[in-house]
Amino acid sequence: MTAQAQTLAQKIIARAAGRESVAPGEIVTCRVDLAMMHDSGGPRRVKPMLEKLGAKVWDPDKIVVITDHYLPANDDESRRIIHIAREWVKEAGVTRFHDGVGICHVVLPQKGYLHPGMFAVGGDSHSPTGGAFGAYMFGVGATEMLGVLVTGEIWLKVPHTILVEWSGKLGPAVSAKDMMLALCGRLGLDGGQYQAIQYAGEAISALPMQERMTLCNMAPEVGAQTGLVAPDQVTRAYLESVESVGASEADVEAWQGDPGAPLLAHHQFDASTLDPQVAAPHSPANAAPVARHAGTRIDTAYIGACTGAKIEDLRMAASVLKGRRVAENVRFVVAPASAHDQAIAAREGTLQVLVDAGAELLANSCGICAGYGDDRLGENEVAITSTARNFKGRMGAASSQVYLASPYTVAAAAIAGKICDPREFLE
Amino acid sequence: MSDGTGRAWVFGDNVDTDVLAPGQYMKLGIEELARHCLESVEPGFAGEVRAGDVVVARRNFGTGSSREQAPEALKHLGVAALVAESFAGLFYRNAINLGLPALVCADARRIRAGDRLRVDPESGRIENLTSGESLVCEPIPGHLMQMVRDGGLVPHLEKRLRARKEPAP
Repeated sequence: MTAQAQTLAQKIIARAAGRESVAPGEIVTCRVDLAMMHDSGGPRRVKPMLEKLGAKVWDPDKIVVITDHYLPANDDESRRIIHIAREWVKEAGVTRFHDGVGICHVVLPQKGYLHPGMFAVGGDSHSPTGGAFGAYMFGVGATEMLGVLVTGEIWLKVPHTILVEWSGKLGPAVSAKDMMLALCGRLGLDGGQYQAIQYAGEAISALPMQERMTLCNMAPEVGAQTGLVAPDQVTRAYLESVESVGASEADVEAWQGDPGAPLLAHHQFDASTLDPQVAAPHSPANAAPVARHAGTRIDTAYIGACTGAKIEDLRMAASVLKGRRVAENVRFVVAPASAHDQAIAAREGTLQVLVDAGAELLANSCGICAGYGDDRLGENEVAITSTARNFKGRMGAASSQVYLASPYTVAAAAIAGKICDPREFLE
Repeated sequence: MSDGTGRAWVFGDNVDTDVLAPGQYMKLGIEELARHCLESVEPGFAGEVRAGDVVVARRNFGTGSSREQAPEALKHLGVAALVAESFAGLFYRNAINLGLPALVCADARRIRAGDRLRVDPESGRIENLTSGESLVCEPIPGHLMQMVRDGGLVPHLEKRLRARKEPAP
């Protein structure tokens, strides 16, 4: 009997489950290669449970802790939560601890922790970001993370793969974020059915790693368990640049799906006809071409989050803002996703363009996107943001209105004081 | 739920984790956070829900964040079971891990707000005492039902660790 052709997701899961192959729908137990936590769902939650069980972590070298949600810590509760993270990593012997240097999903690959074929979990719903590197990575809650920390294992229902294929070439001022908003609009918030989405096609191959991260980052917004991009030369070049821990030369060739592996669905899009997208309050699925919302007045323009403030995102915003000022009555806020990205932006002049345009810089943390801190949207405030979610009240008052868009479109709205097509500002 | 029944609280599609566990209160303990559970869509919920009540929704209940305070707040307020046409995958795992039964029921829309329900997670049957109807849910997979019976993943792990330490005589 010849083995059934397997998707990339199946191959990674089979390897982690110690099996030759796995079939979609099967329930399997996988060994975890890497477990990432942040300050909110991490030590603060798992420490008391570990103590209750009298258990130790299974392997401190496979655990990464990154603080990002309660920074800057402006009150006693936030300071307490951050303090627990700092103390717990010492107790648990976790040396891969990155404190206040950026958002976990962006810092993780920059530290070289991800490589193709890995099976990883993260204590945050945007953990599928790691799928950009050809890893199978998904989000879990704190109790589930406790289970991983104690046993090194997690159960999984082997997913079907949904292929999202983008042919053609993206036009000017159109980005991965627009691709994802278009996908949210087409599939809805549950179209991913908690299965695996694999992105492929000419337009995907042309994307740099951080744009691929944006695609995988937003796979949860369509209800998928994860998003993946098969590794290629772009992946290889990135892994070499960060001196990836544990990656091997053979990974890129090894971690590919078999041709003809059965798919649950195959969605085809043409990148060359994609317009900049805007998702209206209160759902990423309310996506439409920017023209639909042109003229909507905004109070705040926010470039932030793991989804929308990486160096590639900052460059997109700067390409629109170069030599311009934001509208007088607009608050333009930029929270670079990591200190590393911010340093690159400073070195190459991107940051200066944003500051000269009137940007107010916030810390390298989750900021307004998570809605956990003091900086929040006020009553009836209208914002356009490069973040992933615009659920009611997420970023502040329940009456605030959040429009999601790409960094290009956010920057254009900041200049105009209202939603507009960023292509109007291209030279 | 002294008589094993509870009232139904009915919601629509895509009830998200930001309305279940608002970010602003995430730094606080579950006691305080739970007071704000669902307040932006059903302001009286946290104050009026009683032990044994059942939360009923349409599609994709619990979409969004990994924060398990979303199901934890419901459990803390005494909600005995969740019934929906579908759940967001991450939320579903979190609910079961906390020992809160989440039942997928294609006919969830037949339940009206305030109906008195008797929900049996083991058999997946819902008796609607108000309408007289009986509804069938998809069974909770065996390995997860065991976790629900144990009261969630922590007691389940406790049992496993104890069994490891104390081999059978």
